[in-house]
Amino acid sequence: MSEATTHHDDHHDHPKGLWRWVVTTNHKDIGTLYLLFSLVMFLIGGAMALVIRAELFAPGLQLVNPDFFNQMTTMHALVMIFGAVMPAFVGLANWMVPLMIGAPDMALPRMNNWSFWILPFAFTILLSTLFMPTGAPASGWTLYPPLSLQGGNSFAFVIFAIHLMGISSIMGAINIVATILNMRAPGMTLLRMPLFIWTWLITAFLLIAVMPVLAGAVTMLLTDRFFGTSFFNAAGGGDPVLYQHIFWFFGHPEVYIMILPAFGIVSEIIPTFSRKRLFGYTSMVYATASIAFLSFIVWAHHMFTVGMPLGAMLFFMYATMVIAVPTGVKIFNWIATMWRGSMTFETPMLFALGFVVMFTIGGLSGVMLAIVPADFQYHDSYFVVAHFHYVLVTGSVFAIMAGVYYWLPKWTGHMYDERLGKIHFWWSTVWVNVLFFPQHYLGLAGMPRRIPDYAVQFTEFNMISSIGGFMFGFGQLLFCYIIWKCARGGEPASARVWEGSRGLEWTVPSPAPHHTFDTPPVVDDSVAVHKDELT
Amino acid sequence: MAQGSYYVPATAKWPIVGSVGLFIMMIGAANWLNGNPIGPWLTLIGSVVVIFMTFGWFAEVIRESEGGLYSSAVDTSFRQGMIWFIFSEVMFFAAFFGALFYARMFAVPWLGGEGTGAMTNELLWPGFEAHWPTHGPAELGGDFQTIPAFDLPLLNTLILLTSGVTITLAHWALKRGQRTALVLWMWSTIALGLLFLSIQFYEYVHAYRDLGLTLGSGIYGSTFFMLTGFHGLHVILGTIMLIVITLRCMFGHFTAKNHFGFEAVAWYWHFVDVVWLGLFIFVYVI
Repeated sequence: MSEATTHHDDHHDHPKGLWRWVVTTNHKDIGTLYLLFSLVMFLIGGAMALVIRAELFAPGLQLVNPDFFNQMTTMHALVMIFGAVMPAFVGLANWMVPLMIGAPDMALPRMNNWSFWILPFAFTILLSTLFMPTGAPASGWTLYPPLSLQGGNSFAFVIFAIHLMGISSIMGAINIVATILNMRAPGMTLLRMPLFIWTWLITAFLLIAVMPVLAGAVTMLLTDRFFGTSFFNAAGGGDPVLYQHIFWFFGHPEVYIMILPAFGIVSEIIPTFSRKRLFGYTSMVYATASIAFLSFIVWAHHMFTVGMPLGAMLFFMYATMVIAVPTGVKIFNWIATMWRGSMTFETPMLFALGFVVMFTIGGLSGVMLAIVPADFQYHDSYFVVAHFHYVLVTGSVFAIMAGVYYWLPKWTGHMYDERLGKIHFWWSTVWVNVLFFPQHYLGLAGMPRRIPDYAVQFTEFNMISSIGGFMFGFGQLLFCYIIWKCARGGEPASARVWEGSRGLEWTVPSPAPHHTFDTPPVVDDSVAVHKDELT
Repeated sequence: MAQGSYYVPATAKWPIVGSVGLFIMMIGAANWLNGNPIGPWLTLIGSVVVIFMTFGWFAEVIRESEGGLYSSAVDTSFRQGMIWFIFSEVMFFAAFFGALFYARMFAVPWLGGEGTGAMTNELLWPGFEAHWPTHGPAELGGDFQTIPAFDLPLLNTLILLTSGVTITLAHWALKRGQRTALVLWMWSTIALGLLFLSIQFYEYVHAYRDLGLTLGSGIYGSTFFMLTGFHGLHVILGTIMLIVITLRCMFGHFTAKNHFGFEAVAWYWHFVDVVWLGLFIFVYVI
């Protein structure tokens, strides 16, 4: 019997146990799956990072051979980007987008299930390459030819795993765009949408635009290696630099894919704990859109040293610097939101504030890297590693953690352990800086990235960095414990959870019932708006 | 089950079937490329599972649609989904067009010593003069000739453009409720699609057998066959979609007002058409 012919009541054929999670169409279930998957990948990718930091604790080859070291840098990046950060944001979107816009579920619930359930298979393929005789890919996550084409048997597996991740991302993004454009409750006009919704709408657009480009790039790699094409072979009239252009045309929007939803989360949290409305709501929306637009015309700043015409380098340098303007607008607005607010410092707020400060550090080192002559010095050094880890770890990952603490009571119906949450924040913040800040100095002094050995004068900073890495890494087990403890029980959470929270997600009980907004709510300025009128 | 007016299925069993199918298919393809004899078999099994999933999934959606479970909001979600899917396809082709433009505008001239490429030319590829079409300074794949644009490719352009007209005539017939005309125009569209594919196939055989133009013919062969090849795959997919939708027209699945399945296929067909125009201009003519 198909469910097409009859209307079922909610509780009739609800599968139980594990199977329920395999066949679920519920956005909350799928959001949970995404978030748990992302946490597992965060730990796996983190373990790889610890292998890297252990090897770099002292000069000389200590623990692993150079090829395995390179496999670790490559896999750490692929796992963290495609397995940890992106799925975490998609999980948050799954949970929160329908709740925040007053929709009964995602627009395409069946496809939503598929978007998630491709991922475990894709990462099974990716991680399986570690156990192949020739090992995992070791060319760096960017898979630049000709090096990547010289890898072992894992090469084809990695390419197909990336194809699967791309299919999953594109379907997830299409679903989010369709949901936001089509499923909003009456009165939820575009400029009444919470900023998390806005940032995800723009992120989803970026995903649909660039994931196919990555698919094209890796397909060309595949045909160059196995079918005799010459896209990246100068002997046949191609150019290895062509790969870098196509890859970074994907890759730069990709880094904004990993930060725009973080902006959205922080823009939800800071007003709540400042007990004010977001300052400059409309300018936040326009700034997000500007950043997204600019992300398409700055890609070549990743390849200044590859040999490009001077005019191109100048264009990409100035275009890159322009991004600091809308980003500055955002930082200004967050600070202005806090200005004369009645602030309290619960764990989500602490992580959001940590985000604002440390993301700014990463942003400023980004401006330094944008300067062509300076980049000639910094390129492929540990300065770059420090830069993008400030943006991705203290930026994206801190924002994800802020979001998890912020919405965890809504998901579980319990308050998390505030004392442990604060310990987690301070522990992470201290050690993450011990981990990454010295890498700036290492890079400026000339230590290259992706090399398992280094000159002895780099020893102290590397030791400090490794100690920070291990302390930060093991500290995340506390995060897992806090989540587990909160899911198990705790002080019951009210519907509104936070004193200053606004928005539709706080109008439903905690934990949010399996189905919410079957009948759409009616939205007016009093409920959900982040309008920057004076209050 | 129905959530208010918006239909949300209680469970979805097809996605996991599709995931397992893709998983087997990808593992099979990678093994195949690595020369493992089990590869082709795994690829075949995975493909069968994916095709099975596609039929099952669409059958379920069609049953639900025919059962009247879809509101206009669901219809809008499907439209959004199809529009953005086509946009993602456009970006996929953009990567390959980008490769073509980059090779012609930059890579090949630089190899020939233009701009900053003087030393590259002098030291690495002395004597190489930039020209298009090219198989590069190492003359990979041996001598070849190209396919003249104003020959079979022009005919193919006319065929695809005509098929865009016939599918529009079919749509008009559908909106007027004239099923016989609808089905006739649909079969003509399919026939034109198949004719296009046959000519493309003939052209490929001709290129490989008589012109010496292969996938290995340097950057020209690479861009030519990858662009036209991916386009051809999309025409094959589009033709299958047309056949399915035509059968559904014959079964009377669509009404004059409610026929999104038809429109989605028509959009896809027009997309394939537009990509071909880009190909005709940039690959064949210029």
